[in-house]
Amino acid sequence: MGLDFTVIPKYFDIILLGCAYTIGITIAAAILSFFGGIVFAVIALYAPFIIRQPFRLIAWMFMGTPLLLQLFLIYFGLVQVGIDLPAVVAGIIGLGLHFAVYNSELIQTAILSVDKGQMEAARTLGLSHSEALRKVVIPQAVRAVIPPISNNMIALLKDSALVSVIGVSELTLSAQRAIGATYRPFEFYLLAAAFYYVINLGMEWVQRKIERRISISR
Amino acid sequence: MDFELMLKVYPFFLEAAWITIVLSVLTAILGLICGTLGAFARLSRFTILRFLGAAYVSVFRGTPALIQLFILYFGGPQIGIQLDAFEAGVIGLGINAGAYMTETIRGAVISIDKGQREAARTLGLSQWQAMYKVILPQAARLMVRPLGVNLNMLIKATALVAAISVVELTYTAQRYIGSTYKPFEMFLLAGILYMIIIYVTGRGVAWLDRKVQIT
Repeated sequence: MGLDFTVIPKYFDIILLGCAYTIGITIAAAILSFFGGIVFAVIALYAPFIIRQPFRLIAWMFMGTPLLLQLFLIYFGLVQVGIDLPAVVAGIIGLGLHFAVYNSELIQTAILSVDKGQMEAARTLGLSHSEALRKVVIPQAVRAVIPPISNNMIALLKDSALVSVIGVSELTLSAQRAIGATYRPFEFYLLAAAFYYVINLGMEWVQRKIERRISISR
Repeated sequence: MDFELMLKVYPFFLEAAWITIVLSVLTAILGLICGTLGAFARLSRFTILRFLGAAYVSVFRGTPALIQLFILYFGGPQIGIQLDAFEAGVIGLGINAGAYMTETIRGAVISIDKGQREAARTLGLSQWQAMYKVILPQAARLMVRPLGVNLNMLIKATALVAAISVVELTYTAQRYIGSTYKPFEMFLLAGILYMIIIYVTGRGVAWLDRKVQIT
């Protein structure tokens, strides 16, 4: 069985729709992971001991296990406790939480490296501890970690392929559907890879733009 | 938490963990080979080799490992490559990991001061001798820690072969989640085993890193 790329046009629509899903899921999960990362960082650094330590243990567990395993846990685990979410939502939550843990590590380091004088000055000016954190320290910390976080977001795009395993019809599963109808795995997976590659290049382009802007404004 | 069930199924998880370990070791070896070749290509004098090296890194880091695995395993037979799931897993993940390791190895080599090479050349060593006897021994020390990070990622990436039905840790967890409807217990079992594997390799890398440093 050789290669025959003429089967592609007929299924191009499905693949494009899958592409749109992949981009949507990536953006939604990226937003969740960004804000989740900030919240997790604050919990890991400032929450009372009794919350902080178990939280750190769970975060450590999420960093040490594969995303695929976590997706199974979230998808089937939520069903077990009676929350029946659509696969798309479970996928976004799974991806978002996984990367939030990684982002949180970056943000924690950044928060700790913001000059102490910033917090002291904010407190002297009459801001409460949480206000100072929210309005002075965190904005500076987040700014510093945007380049490494954008690397994580590119990794997130590629890992979004994993949610096909729990039945989200994004790019990978769309390719699988087309393959189911045509028995042409090589052609369609290659096409999917090409789409991922193009989206990836787009994200890298945006990343360079953002990095340039940050380096100018400094 | 159903501990009785966990006690009953854990031998199967141990067996699966062994498969994950074997898979990780083989993938790491192949990854190192690909990474070394890739780094040499990227540092080569020849434009064509540099281009091929850069294309390898860009394509394999720019597309999902899962898709690469699928192309190899499901698409392979169409172009005459017939592999069983385990072989496809090792080869697919190894080539993928190699792309990441290429950048690690290259990074370590180019961070060695230029003067080292110049001095070696001045002392009469050939291009290759300067590389083998002067640059690489120094670069190797810098590589250990970042290659350890690659290894950590690689171990977690072995979970992907569950999608082509290799019976390793994640596949086993998935199967038991499906048959017992106890996702938390099964996650905990598989998770602990992954953590042990990753912890032990992490300690190994740290030990090696200490060992190769000049004090």
